[in-house]
Amino acid sequence: MAEPIIQLKHLTKRFGGGENEVRALEDVSIEVRAGEIFGVIGLSGAGKSTLVRCINLLERPTAGEVIVDGRDMLRLTEKELRRARQSIGMIFQSFNLLMQRTALDNICFPLELAGTPRREAVRRAGELLELVDLAGRAGAYPAQLSGGQKQRVAIARTLATNPRVLLCDEATSALDPKTTRDILRLIQDINKRLGITVVVITHEMKVIEEICARVAILDHGHLAETGTVEEIFASPSSEAGRRLVYPDGVPEEVLSSAAGQDRVIRVAFNGGTSYQPLIATLAIDCGVKANILGADTRNIDGRAFGTMLLGLPREGAGKAMAYIRAQKDITVEEVPDYHG
Amino acid sequence: MADFFADPQVLRFLQEAPFAIWETVYATLIATALSYVIGLPLGVVLVAGENGRILKVPGPLMTALNVAVNLLRSVPFLILMVIVIPLSRLLLGTSVGTPASIVPLVAAAAPFVARIVESSLRELDAGVVEAAQAMGCSPWQIITKVMLSECRPSLINGLTTATITILSYGAMAGAIGAGGLGSMALMKGYQRQMTVMLWGSVILLVLLVQLIQSIGTALSVKTDRRINPTESRRRKRK
Repeated sequence: MAEPIIQLKHLTKRFGGGENEVRALEDVSIEVRAGEIFGVIGLSGAGKSTLVRCINLLERPTAGEVIVDGRDMLRLTEKELRRARQSIGMIFQSFNLLMQRTALDNICFPLELAGTPRREAVRRAGELLELVDLAGRAGAYPAQLSGGQKQRVAIARTLATNPRVLLCDEATSALDPKTTRDILRLIQDINKRLGITVVVITHEMKVIEEICARVAILDHGHLAETGTVEEIFASPSSEAGRRLVYPDGVPEEVLSSAAGQDRVIRVAFNGGTSYQPLIATLAIDCGVKANILGADTRNIDGRAFGTMLLGLPREGAGKAMAYIRAQKDITVEEVPDYHG
Repeated sequence: MADFFADPQVLRFLQEAPFAIWETVYATLIATALSYVIGLPLGVVLVAGENGRILKVPGPLMTALNVAVNLLRSVPFLILMVIVIPLSRLLLGTSVGTPASIVPLVAAAAPFVARIVESSLRELDAGVVEAAQAMGCSPWQIITKVMLSECRPSLINGLTTATITILSYGAMAGAIGAGGLGSMALMKGYQRQMTVMLWGSVILLVLLVQLIQSIGTALSVKTDRRINPTESRRRKRK
């Protein structure tokens, strides 16, 4: 296991005081491993943005420890903190480019802060523009660029100082699905090619499934669960996790349609190379007619993930479960509480 | 037509107008410059020091600054001119004449400028400041490289408004012995009932205001890369 590059220990953040106190984070501990793409997901107000701002101390936690790249962030002086921030890149939902500077000069900005000579800064900015596929737009002002292009400039800007970590705060939330995909690909590419650890904050499950290896689910300032994306998709163990994996509240519907079924099982697809015609083979090979009560499956990189709830007649249910258990990359469990 | 130029009042107006214009222009320019020397940093502190967001300014000091600005701004200029007479004497040894009028002008305009600068800087999206902080910007760098340069078009508009306000204050200062177009209109035009003097100087003031506004607006629009983003020449440099 790669060693953690970001360690958040018992992080607590409260805003205001007295009766108006807002508890944004309560005892959240997270470890992000070097080189991975780590997702933090939660509904709005869950504390995700506060959490990510505690990593570069744009927000100072009320209690807890923040260790980034071996540095105890809370013990740094103002000057040391500014230095440390140069190795923690950050991109935002609203891009936050300097509107009065060209794309090139936006990318030069962090280099200017670091005291890089102008000539060298311009050269480096040119390279970065090429990396984000915007080589022809060096002289364009943000007002002339599309949302996706602005985010590319923001990414190039943040890469200028060779950060070890890239924080993405809802970086694709203002973009259309196609552009979102392109930007996620770019982030993935940067992660692979430059070995930069990425923390992605989002409220969209599809962003997590596109690029993240591991994910933490935040719920009202609490860490609901954390695990690999596969684990969480296959069987969310927390209430918040279930809400995110089944955004439309599938279990509720299942509850009513399950009445009259003898046994209900949850089948989880854990990334077999493709969906197998499971229902059909069940009928043919075991003679069991399964009833699909609910399903939420997704295709990630050509592999099947997700769960399906099946209603089985009492006779033959045992046989069917044994049959499913024998399949590769599929797990099965009985869901007794759906009867009530 | 020849009769018009033979009129002694017209002749006198034509003789005196150039010097009056000069007095008005230099009093306005010096007063505006000095007002910005005080008002610009004050306006920056009012925004950057708020809740210690960018600058760590003690809360009571922020309150004191706000109260001081409001106090000066709530005194009508006509009264302020009289109140600061002792200050003019102290600083310049006299309370009459165009140079002396600069003291009340600055006293009135500096807090006004502070508020104008403040409102320009407040237009800046907080996210941009946050991004700069995330990049490791120092407070000084945020002020100079982010706040002031991102708000440049709005600051230029503010400068235009401030200059015009100071010009009109300067004309009012004609009442307490300052020179320039205001005194020409008030002292000669109105009090000695020289109609040509009165209307002539008013017309010149109107023209000056038009000129300042046109230059200011043009400059602001031309330099605003949000509405006038002509691709920069630097692109060619490799």
